[in-house]
Amino acid sequence: MEKNISFKLKIWRQRGPKEKGQFKVYEMKDIPTDTSFLEMLDILNEQLINAGEEPVVFDHDCREGICGMCSLYINGHPHGPATGATTCQLYMRRFKDGETITVEPWRSAGFPVIRDLMVDRRAYDKIMQAGGYVSINTGGVPDANAIPISKEKADLAMDAASCIGCGACVAACKNGSAMLFVSAKVSQLALLPQGQVEAARRAKAMLSKMDELGFGNCTNTRACEAECPKCISISNIARLNREFIAAKLSD
Amino acid sequence: MWLIDSSIGRKVVMSVTGAALILFLTFHMAMNCVALISGEAYNVICEFLGANWYALVGTAGLAVLMVLHFVFAFWLTIQNRKARGNVRYAVSERPKSVEWASQNMLVLGIIVFVGLLVHFANFWSKMQLQEIIHGTNFVAGQNGPTDGAFLIQYTFSQWYYVVVYTVWLAALWFHLSHGFWSMFQTVGWSGSKWQRRWQVIGNIYVTLVILGFLSVVYFYFFKSLC
Repeated sequence: MEKNISFKLKIWRQRGPKEKGQFKVYEMKDIPTDTSFLEMLDILNEQLINAGEEPVVFDHDCREGICGMCSLYINGHPHGPATGATTCQLYMRRFKDGETITVEPWRSAGFPVIRDLMVDRRAYDKIMQAGGYVSINTGGVPDANAIPISKEKADLAMDAASCIGCGACVAACKNGSAMLFVSAKVSQLALLPQGQVEAARRAKAMLSKMDELGFGNCTNTRACEAECPKCISISNIARLNREFIAAKLSD
Repeated sequence: MWLIDSSIGRKVVMSVTGAALILFLTFHMAMNCVALISGEAYNVICEFLGANWYALVGTAGLAVLMVLHFVFAFWLTIQNRKARGNVRYAVSERPKSVEWASQNMLVLGIIVFVGLLVHFANFWSKMQLQEIIHGTNFVAGQNGPTDGAFLIQYTFSQWYYVVVYTVWLAALWFHLSHGFWSMFQTVGWSGSKWQRRWQVIGNIYVTLVILGFLSVVYFYFFKSLC
């Protein structure tokens, strides 16, 4: 049922990476509950622009939960209170009339704030560049089903591949660890025969890049798994541990 | 060395030392339970261990494991706090599936360590230490360094030690309830099925170990009241 709600928005404002930020409170009036969270921020920004103020900077792109661009730490949860959904899939019907909604950027040394709610997530690209791919000499297109893969393995690989690299795992982790992301990116290839060739090198390269970029050590709190918009399982982390330890032992 | 300079390696050190310490606790608990049956039998075990070379080697080994576990715990925690960044979240909620213990392992570990110091003062300093230094700093009524049964009786007839040991063992339960499945997860012996299995097995195992310890404390406490 659609209705209108009014609430306070407590948003982190920070002019630049080096500048000190602080919260600013904005009053939002009569917002339809069918508005998505990002549309609501669009409404806020329109009001701010009309009033001659600087709009709030936030990341967004596809607005259908597949690109991994949107972020936001809303009321103590990455991507807000909904489970298995990104911020762009979050609707205002999740919130109550008169509530104060706190919106913060991802907070992690690996993801420094660029401005307001936008953080620099290039660290993930660097981890991918370290080995999150398969080197292939492209020739003719191989026949479909030339390499048999069991349904179970294919499903697990697809589950791992559903990671959109949004960074919610790092934002949720009290250790700022990127293990869920790295483990999903290692698993999606490690489970398949095509990924076997470079498996050991990949696990070592991606993990050492993760460590080098200043992400923390996993302590198995499972906060990442609980907050992941794609419900990536920590069984991937166990697989990464296995792959990495096996690679190091065979060195 | 990958055990030192990679995040997974450092975690493996925590995992393996933790596993060894759990095995030690299991042995210690089994030994304590003998005191439920007979104080004399318990003293026979104390004599068997005493300050014999194998007991000293074992103690030294445990000390090394413990120091590694502590040093790596602080090292990992410092790195993790740094990785979290300088600004903390204003609002932060713990998801339901996240155990409280898992986010407070260092604090629980420190409580366990403080309890250990009390435990050393109560028992170790009156037993193995006296035997090593050929000292005679015994509690009045204690019949030699291997009279563990007397020390149990003496310590747990004082209600405040019962409280201290209960708090200590409760902290240990929380610490191990996360540590048990976590050590399997860290070495990669886990998955979507085994993660839940280890958690259940761990909860049962750890509860039994802690109950074993508590039973001795309360048995001697109630015995002292009678």
